[in-house]
Amino acid sequence: MAFIEYALHGRVANEEKPLEYQDPEQSIKILGFWIFLATDMLLFGCLFATYLVLRTHTDGGLTAKQLFDVPGFATETFLLLTSSFTGGLATLAMRNRNKSAVLAWIAVTVLLGLGFLGFEVSEFAANVARGATMQRSAFLSAFYTLVGTHGLHVSIGIGWMIVTWIQIARKGITRVTARKLFVVNLYWHFLDVVWVFIFTVVYLSGVVM
Amino acid sequence: MNVESEKVDGGIHPKHSAKKYIVGYLSSLVLTALAYTFALKRSFTLGPLLIVLMVLAGLQIVVQLYFFMHATEGDGPPFHLGALVLGLFFTFAVALMSVWIMGFPAFSARVS
Repeated sequence: MAFIEYALHGRVANEEKPLEYQDPEQSIKILGFWIFLATDMLLFGCLFATYLVLRTHTDGGLTAKQLFDVPGFATETFLLLTSSFTGGLATLAMRNRNKSAVLAWIAVTVLLGLGFLGFEVSEFAANVARGATMQRSAFLSAFYTLVGTHGLHVSIGIGWMIVTWIQIARKGITRVTARKLFVVNLYWHFLDVVWVFIFTVVYLSGVVM
Repeated sequence: MNVESEKVDGGIHPKHSAKKYIVGYLSSLVLTALAYTFALKRSFTLGPLLIVLMVLAGLQIVVQLYFFMHATEGDGPPFHLGALVLGLFFTFAVALMSVWIMGFPAFSARVS
């Protein structure tokens, strides 16, 4: 039935489905984005493998235990977890066709993301001030590559959120902008998952070992 | 067909509730708090502690996927779950098998 309707009209008019899935052309893009996330996971998998192998190779420089500041990375974790929640609330507001709530929650998410980045940059600057530069040891090269790649992803996510905010402000909530918001939030939640592994494998394990 | 110009506000649609998101957020905060408490208080010896931390992180993946990313929803067959499971499998295989192989006595003698 749905297939015949799709063949005739180019889309399935199914108001039961969430807005971002109502147009098949948009929902196939969501599938494509899931596949991208699966491949991006592999990138992080390789960086985690590198870090785990080189973790103890400090070459007489600062070790993980000496370097990591618990309140600092706890704050980063809290900011990113909360921003994942507020991003989710933006998706919820989109599904309820509440444009002003969508714009407000994206703005909150962007601010929390910027807060996370601010803490990360100051953490890196403090490390460098203590002599823990990227070229100091294999451990630090692996550390900055892994955590920095995540930070770069977050920076891209912030830019992408801002662009999505502008599009929704100008065009309202359509099937296309709904899909765009859904996809940018998938990316954002994915970065939160990666961060959970960074604080577990890198920071907490570094502090206890 | 120009979907871009087609506004969808005002149609009849079911109201979605914030409950799932609030439950997701609270569970992610609880899981994080548990991980920090166990690690900072050294509640277990090192080996079991690392396993507990990894299990808590694994549960966080489930929370994000189910409550926030709506991984169980979607249009048509769940191909995205296939991609996801394969991606997770390769990711953990690369990371954990690297640790495993580098733990071989012959290797650790050579690189450290």
